[in-house]
Amino acid sequence: MSANATASLDTFPKWLQHNAAVRPARPAMRHKDLGIWKEWSWAEIDRIVRSYALGLMAHGLQHGDKIAIIGSNRPKLYWSMMAAQCLGAVPVPVYADSVADEMAYVLDHAEVRFACVQDQEQVDKILSVAERLSRIEMVFYDEPRGLRDYDHSRLQAIGDVIAQGEGILFADPAAVTRLEQAIATGQGSDISVMLYTSGTTGRSKGVMLSASGCINAAKDTVAFDGLTDKDQVIAYLPLAWVGDHYLNYAQALVAGFTINCPESPDTAVNDRLEIGTTFAFAPPRVFESMLTGIMIRMEDASWLKRKLFNYYIEVARQWGEKIHNGESVPLLARLNYMLGEVLIYGPIKNVLGLSTIRIGYTAGEAIGPQLFSFFRSIGLNLKQLYGQTEAFLYVTCQTDTAVRADCVGPATPNVTIRIDENGEVLYKSPGQFVGYFKEPEKTAETMTPDGFVKTGDAGFFEKDGQLRIIDRAKDVGKLNNGALYAPKYIENKLKFFPNIREVVAFGQGEDSVTVFINIDLVAVGNWAERNNVSYGSYQELAGNPQVYDIIAGHVAEVNRQLADEPMMARSQIARFLILPKELDADDGELTRTQKVRRGFIAERYASLVKGLYDGSSEAAISTEVTFEDGRKGVISARVKVMDAKIWPVTATPSQAA
Amino acid sequence: MKPLRQIEPGEQLLNVENVSLRFGGVKAITDVSFDIVKGEVRAIIGPNGAGKTSMLNVINGFYHPQEGQITYRGATRSKMRPHVAATQGIARTFQNVALFKGMTTLDNIMVGRTLKMQKSFFWHLFRHGPAMNEEIEHRKFVEEIIDFLEIEHIRKVPVGKLPYGLQKRVELGRALAMEPELLLLDEPMAGMNLEEKEDMCRFILDTKEQYGTTIALIEHDMGVVMDLSDRVVVLEYGIKIADGTPDEVKANQKVIDAYLGVAH
Repeated sequence: MSANATASLDTFPKWLQHNAAVRPARPAMRHKDLGIWKEWSWAEIDRIVRSYALGLMAHGLQHGDKIAIIGSNRPKLYWSMMAAQCLGAVPVPVYADSVADEMAYVLDHAEVRFACVQDQEQVDKILSVAERLSRIEMVFYDEPRGLRDYDHSRLQAIGDVIAQGEGILFADPAAVTRLEQAIATGQGSDISVMLYTSGTTGRSKGVMLSASGCINAAKDTVAFDGLTDKDQVIAYLPLAWVGDHYLNYAQALVAGFTINCPESPDTAVNDRLEIGTTFAFAPPRVFESMLTGIMIRMEDASWLKRKLFNYYIEVARQWGEKIHNGESVPLLARLNYMLGEVLIYGPIKNVLGLSTIRIGYTAGEAIGPQLFSFFRSIGLNLKQLYGQTEAFLYVTCQTDTAVRADCVGPATPNVTIRIDENGEVLYKSPGQFVGYFKEPEKTAETMTPDGFVKTGDAGFFEKDGQLRIIDRAKDVGKLNNGALYAPKYIENKLKFFPNIREVVAFGQGEDSVTVFINIDLVAVGNWAERNNVSYGSYQELAGNPQVYDIIAGHVAEVNRQLADEPMMARSQIARFLILPKELDADDGELTRTQKVRRGFIAERYASLVKGLYDGSSEAAISTEVTFEDGRKGVISARVKVMDAKIWPVTATPSQAA
Repeated sequence: MKPLRQIEPGEQLLNVENVSLRFGGVKAITDVSFDIVKGEVRAIIGPNGAGKTSMLNVINGFYHPQEGQITYRGATRSKMRPHVAATQGIARTFQNVALFKGMTTLDNIMVGRTLKMQKSFFWHLFRHGPAMNEEIEHRKFVEEIIDFLEIEHIRKVPVGKLPYGLQKRVELGRALAMEPELLLLDEPMAGMNLEEKEDMCRFILDTKEQYGTTIALIEHDMGVVMDLSDRVVVLEYGIKIADGTPDEVKANQKVIDAYLGVAH
C-alpha cells in the first residue's frame, strides 16, 4: 500500500471504501452472538453501511446533524457511526451506563436529531427524558427484546433501517448517486466525531474532532506500532471513551484490522481467549484483577505447582525484563527462562488470553511498578501511553525497547510537547481537537495563543526523554522552602505498597510534607493472622505499634526513592499517622469513583493535621462515621504521630521544570 | 383424555375446583378453587405452611388431590403424572434449586429440551446425521434463552460453582427451554439481594411478554408480588381466604390478620 494511494483519504467513509477495495475478503468485524462468532468482511460491511446510510438519508439525516450512539460495543452501533459519517453527520457516542439525567444533558447539549441505541434499557432512558429533548426525531435500536409493544411512531429497529436502505440501493439510483457524492465531498476539515469528556471536574464538554485530525493521528500510531490488517482487537471499552474510538474504530479503519465485539461485557476475557487478540489496551485495574486472580488460584494449587510457580516467577522477576529489553543475560538464566516459558509463563498467558498479544497498552492512572513488571517479565509487551480526549488520545507512548513503570514515554510521532513555567504539560498534536462544542470560551481557556493545548497535568521530562506525569497541575504546589510538592505523586508511591490502601498528603503552604495513611485491612489483617497479632477492629489494628513500624518502613522507602529524584528530593515525608477509620464515600471523604477529597478531609481531621505539624507525638480526634447499615455514630481516638526517616538528598536539584 | 384445546389470551387456562389434599390426617389444602387466565401473572401467597407449594404440586400433577378437579386447557383431570404435565406445557422451578450441580449451565438448560427431542436415544448416542441436526436446532433455542437471561458468561461453568442468584436464573432457563404454556415458579426470589430480585422481576415480565407464557408464582416478598402479579390468591392453613387484584387483597382484613396476626 503506497502512501500516495492513501494520502487523499481524509475521512473514515473513504477509508471504508478503500478497505473494501483493497482487502474485500479480510474480516473487518466479528460479534459473538448466541454462542457463535459471526464475521463480516470489509466488502460486506461497506455494503451494509451504504444501505444503512441510505436508510438514514431517507429519514432525513443531513450533513452536520448530530446522531447519538448509546450502548455497548456492537457491530450495529459501529456501523451507525460509519453510516452517519458517510452523510457528513456527526456521531456522538454517549456513555451507556450514564443515568437518564446525565444522558439528557449530553443529548440536549449536542443537539442530536437521532439516536442509535442498543436495547430497551437505553430506549427507556431516552423516553423518560423525552420532554426535555425536543430535537430528537427518531430512536433506532439494535435489540428488539421488550420493545414490541412500544409506540413505534418514533422508534425503529436498526435492522429495518438497513433493509429499507438496501431496497433504495437497488431501486433508486438517484439516491445512491447522492450518497456517493456525500462520501466524495466529505472533507478532512469536517467534524468526524464529538466525544464528551467524562466530566469528573464539572459538566462534560463536547470535544469536536476533525476527520483529518483523527486519521493523521491514527496513521502515526499504526505506523509506530506496525499494525496491519492481520491484527485482532477486542472492543470492550465504552464507545464514548476516546480510547475505544481511537484504538478500535480509527485504527481499525486505517490499518484494516479486525474489531471483535464480545458477547457481553462479562464475557470479554473468555472471548479474548477465543479470538487471540494481538493488540490490547486495558486500564491498570484490569491487570491488577488478572494478577489477583492468578495469585488466588495458585494458593489453591497443589504443592508442586505452587513451588514451580513461585520459583519461575522469581526467575522471571530477575531476568525476564532484561531478556525482553535485549540486555545481556547469562546463558543458563536464559535457558532457565525458556523452560519457565514452557512450564509457567506460556500457560498463564494462555489462560488470560494474552498469548498472542504483540502490543499491550495501559494508561489512565499510575500503574504499580511491581504489577507492571510482573506482566512484562512473563513476556507481555506491555507499554504505557499518556493522552486525553482533546488530543484524540495519544500525547506520548513508549517504544517497545524503552519501557519503564514510572514514565509514560516520549512524545508520539508528530506531537510536540512543551512544559510551561508552572510545570504544566502542553502539547500540539495532529489529532488535537477543533474546540469544545458551543463553548468557545472554554476552548480559549484550554489553548495557548500559539496553538498548544493545556493538559491540566504537571510533569517533566526525564533524562532519557520520557515524560513523567506527577499530578494535576492545580494540585501541585510549593512548600515554604520552595520545594516542589506533588501530593498525588507521593500518595501513589505509597499506595503501591499492598499494605497501604489510601493516602492523603498535606504540604501546600507548610514547611514539610505529612501524610495520613489508611492501611489495607485485607493485607495487614493477613499479616496479623500469620504473626499472631490479635485485633478486634480496624481502629485497633491501625493503632498497633508493630503496624506503625511496618508503615514507617514503607514511608522510609518512599523517602529513599524521593531522595534520588532531583525534582522531589526536598519534599520527603516528614511525619505520618495512620487514620483510625477507613476513608469512605459514605462519609464524603472519597468521591463515588474512590478519589480522595483532600480539602474535605483536611477540614474534618483538622486536629490531626495540627498534630502532624506541631511536633506532638499524639493527636486526638472525634469524628462521625456512617456504618454499613446507614446508622451514624461517633468514634474518638488518640492517634499516634510518627516521624519518618529522611534521607540526604543524593541528586542535585536541577532547575525547576 | 380429551385433546387439549388451544387457549387464547384472556381465556381460562387452568381451573382448580374444590380441591382438597390430605396427607393422612393432615389437611394440606381444603376446598380451594381458583383459576388462571392465559397471559396473566398469578401469585399464590400465604404464611408458612399455608399449602402454597402443595398447591403447585397439585397443579403440576405431583400430588393427587383426594377431592376436586383440575381443568387445564379445557381438559378435566383428576390424576396426572408430572411428565404428562410437562408434555402438556407445564414447567416449574423449585423452592430449593434442583439443578444438576456437576453439569454446566448449557447442559442443564439443554435438559429442558429433552421432551422436544424427536430422534431416538440410539441416534443421539452416535451424535450424527439427523441427531446432530436436531441437537443444533435445540442448541440454538437454548442459546436464545441464555441470551435472554444474560448468562452468557457462565455458559460453560458447572452450576454447583455458581452463586445462588445465578442458579435460580439457570433454573428459570431450564423451565423456559420447555417452551411452557404455564410456568410455575416456587419462590423465584428467595434468598436474593435487591439487585438480583430486580433482575428476576424483569426476566419474569419479559418472559410473559416475549414468550406469552402464563405464570403462577409463589413469593414471600410482598413488594414483588404486588408489583408483578395481575391477580393474587391468598391461602392460610390450606384454606383460600382471599382472591383478587393486588389492591383488593392488600385491603382485605382477613389477609391483614393472617400476616400480622390478631389479638386474642
